[in-house]
Amino acid sequence: MSETLTASIVKSRSAIGKRLIGHDAVIIYVLIAVVIVSCLTVRYFASTLTVGFLLIQVIPILLLALPMALVIISGEIDLSVASIAGLTSAVMGVLWRDSGWDIVTVMVASVFVGVVCGAFNGFLITTLGLPSLAVTIGTLALFRGLALVVIGDQKVANFPKELNIFVLSKIGATGIPVVMIFVILIIAFFAILLHFTPFGRGLYALGYSTEAASFVGIRVGHAKFWLFIATGTVAGLVGVFLTLRLASAGPDNGTGMELSVIAAVLLGGVSIFGGKGSIPGVIGGVLLIGVLTYSLRLAKVPETALIIVTGSLLVISVVAPSVTAWAKERIRLSRVHKVVQGSSTLGSTHA
Amino acid sequence: MSTITEEKTGAMHSVRSFLRAREIPVAGALVALVIITTIINPRFLSPQSLKDLMLNATIVIILAVGQALVIITRNVDLSVGSILGLVAFGTGTLFDVFAGIPIPLVFLAGMVFGGVLGAINGLLVTAAKVPALVITLGTMYIYRGVLTSWAGSKQYFSGDNPREFGALSVDTVFGLPIITLVAIAVVIAVGFFMRAVRSGRDLYAIGSDPDAARLFGLAVSKRVLAAFVANGALVGLAGVLYTSRYNSVGALTGSGLELDVVAAVVVGGVAISGGTGTVVGAAIGAVLLSTITGALTATRVDKFWQQAIVGVLILSAIIVDRIVSVRNARKLRVSEARDV
Repeated sequence: MSETLTASIVKSRSAIGKRLIGHDAVIIYVLIAVVIVSCLTVRYFASTLTVGFLLIQVIPILLLALPMALVIISGEIDLSVASIAGLTSAVMGVLWRDSGWDIVTVMVASVFVGVVCGAFNGFLITTLGLPSLAVTIGTLALFRGLALVVIGDQKVANFPKELNIFVLSKIGATGIPVVMIFVILIIAFFAILLHFTPFGRGLYALGYSTEAASFVGIRVGHAKFWLFIATGTVAGLVGVFLTLRLASAGPDNGTGMELSVIAAVLLGGVSIFGGKGSIPGVIGGVLLIGVLTYSLRLAKVPETALIIVTGSLLVISVVAPSVTAWAKERIRLSRVHKVVQGSSTLGSTHA
Repeated sequence: MSTITEEKTGAMHSVRSFLRAREIPVAGALVALVIITTIINPRFLSPQSLKDLMLNATIVIILAVGQALVIITRNVDLSVGSILGLVAFGTGTLFDVFAGIPIPLVFLAGMVFGGVLGAINGLLVTAAKVPALVITLGTMYIYRGVLTSWAGSKQYFSGDNPREFGALSVDTVFGLPIITLVAIAVVIAVGFFMRAVRSGRDLYAIGSDPDAARLFGLAVSKRVLAAFVANGALVGLAGVLYTSRYNSVGALTGSGLELDVVAAVVVGGVAISGGTGTVVGAAIGAVLLSTITGALTATRVDKFWQQAIVGVLILSAIIVDRIVSVRNARKLRVSEARDV
């Protein structure tokens, strides 16, 4: 009874209307608002230099956030991404210094290290059925430790200059880094994979209920294994990118980045419970943190306030939906209550 | 410390269930580590080195006990490093502003401060019904930000504190440093609470199935909140002891500690999915992880291997845990099939 009543109340809202007030949309509105306010109030913000610096800063987190979103949507988590990037960077440094290979081979081999790390995570989580949170805390320490074993406390810095210049180069006068072309390709890949393929749709089902997902024919272990390969591969790419951008390979590249990535993904509307989230939302979340940090820094707000802002954004972004859900539920209940009362008085007059 | 547990559990249970206890693999690993290291380098167990080992383990033991409380309820607190930093810096400030403040009062203030910060986490987790992982990730940043804007570039050095306060981590009673005795007392008290007190048992029930616990009539939110407050207070205690033990406290104190603590708890046999494990196990896990550092130095193993070994330990702890639970499930199935 009450279900049909609620359905009639809810029906009035169209799908487009829903999309315009969804979490992703809100994040993008906030992002646009922050950009406009920064342009108007912060000196030097509205320039092509900003675009360049900001994007170069944000690329590693942006890249890592993509597979991380898929992993979290499917109900798992990967805390080891920054360590994989660190290990990749260390391996790249040592290979370049000692192997005598040309730089392209070195880069491919380094990314392959990331793939192997991801496969190792995937093996432990899907084949042995261990919880991903615990496993990736372990591999967080293990991969970072291996980076130390590989390269010690040394740095390798004599990479070809042209590559560093290439990584930092911009497209004409737009200020957009050339690397963004590759980043956009990777974004497109993950967006299509998540939103327009059966595999991606399956991830949402997985996140809601592994059991139900396996009943409808989704190969749960198989899907999760490939997701961890994807995080490993992207982490490998990020490791190579960081090495080239900093023109230095060391054991500590990317340390602590895992938590920034997860914060950005969750801010972008991905539910930590799994089953919910979208790529546009995640990109909005990453850019929001990036833009806010950059413009506050330009406005000479002390670095310390920035951490508070990041933390508060994260807490608010997760607390706000549950507060609004609670409020909506109250309104719905009171409406249902009214309708039920109305129909029952109607019934009594008929009788 | 492991001998205390052994006597306690040994007296209460038969030898068989004792050998099946979750702490045994970790304790065994710890004993093996100490024996092997001592064979390679006999000076590893010299009084001075032993004292250093205990001092290094003290802070992590207390943090691991608190974290175990939270993890047993199927939550986690990632903000412990930031809370520890705030309390440690607060302790330095107290001694600076109120010269001659009684030391017990400082301990009380530290624990209350930590408890309040833990309560904020707990309230957000229980009221907003958002996973603790996310909330405490947020408060980790917020607390750290508050600390860095409070401390700036200021640091308090051990010389700024009263001498008796610093002496807590130098003086020994029966060969044990005083702050280590505090840690042992914490392990015994919390261990007893979790084993024998009703509200302690509730935490296990909540961790193994929150919905069932709620149906059963347990005050789930209240207990989870209490676990967060208790963890905060213990982190506060650890923060005060940190100020006594280490040379300086400042804006970066305790950063990155959270994953070490979670690692120690997991290595100690407390399942990250809640409901199982003991604080004694967590404490042994903490001792094991902090002893590895000393052992590697003593055996002249390349110090770069240390973190990789910690990673391997965590992974093997989880795998052992998994094997044990699969085997138990199979045994239960067989025995139930027989009953039918």
